[in-house]
Amino acid sequence: MTAFNDKSGPFTHAPTSVSLTMATVLAALVPATLFDAWLFGWPAIFMFVITVGSCLLMEAGCLILSNKPLQPSLSDGSVVLTGWLLAMSLPPWAPWWVGLLGAVFAVVLAKHLFGGIGQNVFNPAMVGRVALLVSFPLQMTSWVKTAPLGSEGAPSFTQALGITFGHVTGFDAMGAASALGYVKTELSRGVPVNVSAQHLPDLMDMALGMHSGSFGETSALLILAGGLLLLARRIISWHIPVSLMGTLFVLGTVFSAIDPGRYADGMFHLVSGATFLGAFFIATDYVTSPVSKRGQLVYGFGVGLLTWIIRTFAGYPEGMAFAVLLMNALTPIIDHHIRPRVFGRTYKGEPLPLKGDK
Amino acid sequence: MIMITAVGSLAVMGATLGTLLGVASRYLHVEDDPLEVELLALLPGANCAQCGFVGCGQAAAALAKGEAGVTLCPPGGKAVAEKLAKKLGVTADLSEHEDTGPEFAVIEEGLCIGCTRCIRECTADAIFGAPKQMHSIIRENCHGCAKCFKACPTEAIKMCKVPVTLSEWHWAKPEDASASSHAH
Amino acid sequence: MKLFTVRGGIHPEYRKERTSESAIVALPLPAALYLPLQQHIGAPAEPVVEAGALVKKGQLLARAGGAVSAPVHAPTSGRIASIAEMTAPHPSGLPQMTIILEPDGKDEWAELPLGLSDPFKADPSSIRQRVAEAGIVGMGGATFPSAVKLSLGTEKKLDVLLLNGAECEPYLTCDDRVMREFAEEMIDGARIMAYALGAPKVVIAIEENKPQALSIVSEAAAIQPNVEVVSVPAQYPMGSERHLVQAITGEETPARKLTADLGIVVHNVATARAVHHAVRHGRPLTSRVVTVSGGAIAKPQNVEAPLGALVSDLIEFCGGLSVPPRRVVNGGPMMGQPLPSLDVPVVKGTSGILALTAAETNEHATQPCIRCGTCVTICPCGLVPVEMSAFIRKENLDAAARLGVRDCVSCGSCSYICPAHIPLVHYFNYAKGRLNALDREARKTDQIRQLVEGHNERLEKQAAAKAAAAAAAKAAAEAQSTIENRGEA
Repeated sequence: MTAFNDKSGPFTHAPTSVSLTMATVLAALVPATLFDAWLFGWPAIFMFVITVGSCLLMEAGCLILSNKPLQPSLSDGSVVLTGWLLAMSLPPWAPWWVGLLGAVFAVVLAKHLFGGIGQNVFNPAMVGRVALLVSFPLQMTSWVKTAPLGSEGAPSFTQALGITFGHVTGFDAMGAASALGYVKTELSRGVPVNVSAQHLPDLMDMALGMHSGSFGETSALLILAGGLLLLARRIISWHIPVSLMGTLFVLGTVFSAIDPGRYADGMFHLVSGATFLGAFFIATDYVTSPVSKRGQLVYGFGVGLLTWIIRTFAGYPEGMAFAVLLMNALTPIIDHHIRPRVFGRTYKGEPLPLKGDK
Repeated sequence: MIMITAVGSLAVMGATLGTLLGVASRYLHVEDDPLEVELLALLPGANCAQCGFVGCGQAAAALAKGEAGVTLCPPGGKAVAEKLAKKLGVTADLSEHEDTGPEFAVIEEGLCIGCTRCIRECTADAIFGAPKQMHSIIRENCHGCAKCFKACPTEAIKMCKVPVTLSEWHWAKPEDASASSHAH
Repeated sequence: MKLFTVRGGIHPEYRKERTSESAIVALPLPAALYLPLQQHIGAPAEPVVEAGALVKKGQLLARAGGAVSAPVHAPTSGRIASIAEMTAPHPSGLPQMTIILEPDGKDEWAELPLGLSDPFKADPSSIRQRVAEAGIVGMGGATFPSAVKLSLGTEKKLDVLLLNGAECEPYLTCDDRVMREFAEEMIDGARIMAYALGAPKVVIAIEENKPQALSIVSEAAAIQPNVEVVSVPAQYPMGSERHLVQAITGEETPARKLTADLGIVVHNVATARAVHHAVRHGRPLTSRVVTVSGGAIAKPQNVEAPLGALVSDLIEFCGGLSVPPRRVVNGGPMMGQPLPSLDVPVVKGTSGILALTAAETNEHATQPCIRCGTCVTICPCGLVPVEMSAFIRKENLDAAARLGVRDCVSCGSCSYICPAHIPLVHYFNYAKGRLNALDREARKTDQIRQLVEGHNERLEKQAAAKAAAAAAAKAAAEAQSTIENRGEA
């Protein structure tokens, strides 16, 4: 028996741990990632590996610089998750330095400069993506047509090395627009939304993912499956996904009913872009979202609302990343004002009144 | 041309606003609160001089001026130090503060000669006795200022630590192994 | 009966089957019994015997030390070896005054007061007096003097006596076995207590993971018109009295108030059984059932032990330690207290002795908080452990108090579930203790200031009186000399 009163109770613990949680989230992402890797071929695989590897490298560097132990931070999966989500939001054929710089923005800037794990205000993967988008708009919006591994026209391994580390030659014809981007561009040319939408793959195709877009936004159904796994394992709760997607769907449906030429409808909003990825994996990030359930509903509503506004009115076709970052800034305020009601007290903190004269 | 307009207008704005702020800080300056009185109310008031100042009033004045640290009052212990820190709006680094812990005085009857010097020193009326009679200390009223200890000519008084009882014991703070961990 | 949901809570692995299916076994008398003078909340008891005295079983050894206190009785006949300081079964490891009794092996009862043949015709105050004289305290672990709790009936109008048969802690099955083996005694004691409280109804709440106890107690209670048995969900901390009351009635006890303010008084099932023995047979509290369990115990079982038996005696009786334990805990694993050694006695509040292995305690190094919010979801008191612990770590206890750390019941659900293994409840125990200590210091400082002011006032008055007297004397002297001068001239 070691020192007896170094620790007060409880003297038992649930079989939970940070690494188990992270591993479950990664497992939920695997199906979609494998599909996307197949869908976009070797260059995408390289991009993914470089992004995740750079994040690990940056994390190790920051830990060494700040004299903190390398374990368990490197192996518990938290920074791998950051890199994974960052990679999911990048263009599939992005060159090597995009992944590297993204890792610098995400891990060094958004995570460690704010205090390390658990201390960051903003979602690191989204900070990485947004910083890249603002700094390198061309590379960050170079979407490619799908080029499944082994299909005709898909780059081979060596050709892919050339794409990732060198110039893209001979593959210009692969360039394409994402669904949201196409609709927005056409709108700016005067083509109504409901007309241009017909030129897009139908909803089922979009959901299944056989279309262009960022690395992770394609396979919506597989992402949804991963999200449901997280719900079943109680890693996340339903509050953020439901409020986020619900808001987006309702706004889309209502406004599209008013003016179908101007506004895309609810289902389109749900299955295009990074909606599922954002709703289940990005907005539900523990550190940057509120801790209370009511707070999470407000947060999800805010992300949905902002995403819809940005997609509809702003200059960028995809609004999820910005919406998440804006709501991250509000998370401390939400947590401050929305707390659970304490047992035996009112919401204001006063003891509950006694009924009658007992 | 556009650049010069942009730079120029921003520079003019900056200069104007900066001037306004400077003027405001001089003419709209807020006088300091009468801290001293409030600080004095937080101190025990026994004027025991363990802080190095003649009385609590002087200690309060020094605190208000920032010339004394908030851990200056041993009989007040951590409770007073924390309250002073809060009132002054400073963060008290109490981790280094060696809480010698509350003490109380005890008179060793065999050495007491009944001179009443200690009774005259005690500001909390914790000692009773008469000239040439045995003196004794009322433990509940004693707060460890040690004036009697210094006054006794025969060193009959000693300062003892107040023992921790079962009902007063509480858990210590858990070792913080994580958040600010450094390389082992 | 309609039940209401209790927010939050956890569902740990209960591991009760190790001890729940075997009957209670009596511990053979050990070589010595160590009876602390304080086995209850309140003032310590005051000894009425001296070293060397010969005592019989049930004889008064120490009388209650005040209004909120309880007496101590001899668990068996023998000789008082000494009254000395001994390590208390308390996490502080501090000593306390203990009566050491050496049994003579005869186990002879002293002359006991006559039991009440019909308690329901007696005056409630006489029932309370017998409970007080029997030294009965809350045996769920809280050890609040039961007679004081029974007097709540004189201050408030009460509707229900709620017997707490939840036993929500893992491993513990002592209440389960008491309910199965002594259901009638328990129900009788409960009805007596309800009568003393003026409460017309008795409700016995038993967690649904104790189906045998439910059926046995329901059967025994069927004959009583005002006793109802209710099955409550197996959810930790269902045994917390405020949460149990909420489950049964849907009402939340307001902060800083008692469940009695809602018309309900809660007592443990073993306390009810002790009341039956005290009121019907005049027997004081001299023994209790203790669950000895945990992975490091060779033969876990429920033991009826005389008060004062050493923990080492109980463990030896249960086959000893099969492996060195990681922790030895007094009570359940969630809210139990670590023991300073095995040579401490079993007292009135010892519901369990657990020798837990490292695998069972599942301790890990603390990692940084990842703000997963599970602690918030799970807190049955609606608090925000993540924020409170962050404030406490930075020594900002006032902020933690504003967030409600004093409302924390230390159930341990948050620490249990935290993936980063942050010792949340340990922070809150520290904060609560420190806030209380600061309050005590503040009160002392106020008291000192009053004394000093009084002292200064007194001195001023004396000085003023002296000055007035001197002035009067001077005036008198001058008047005197003037007269003399005039006389001379």
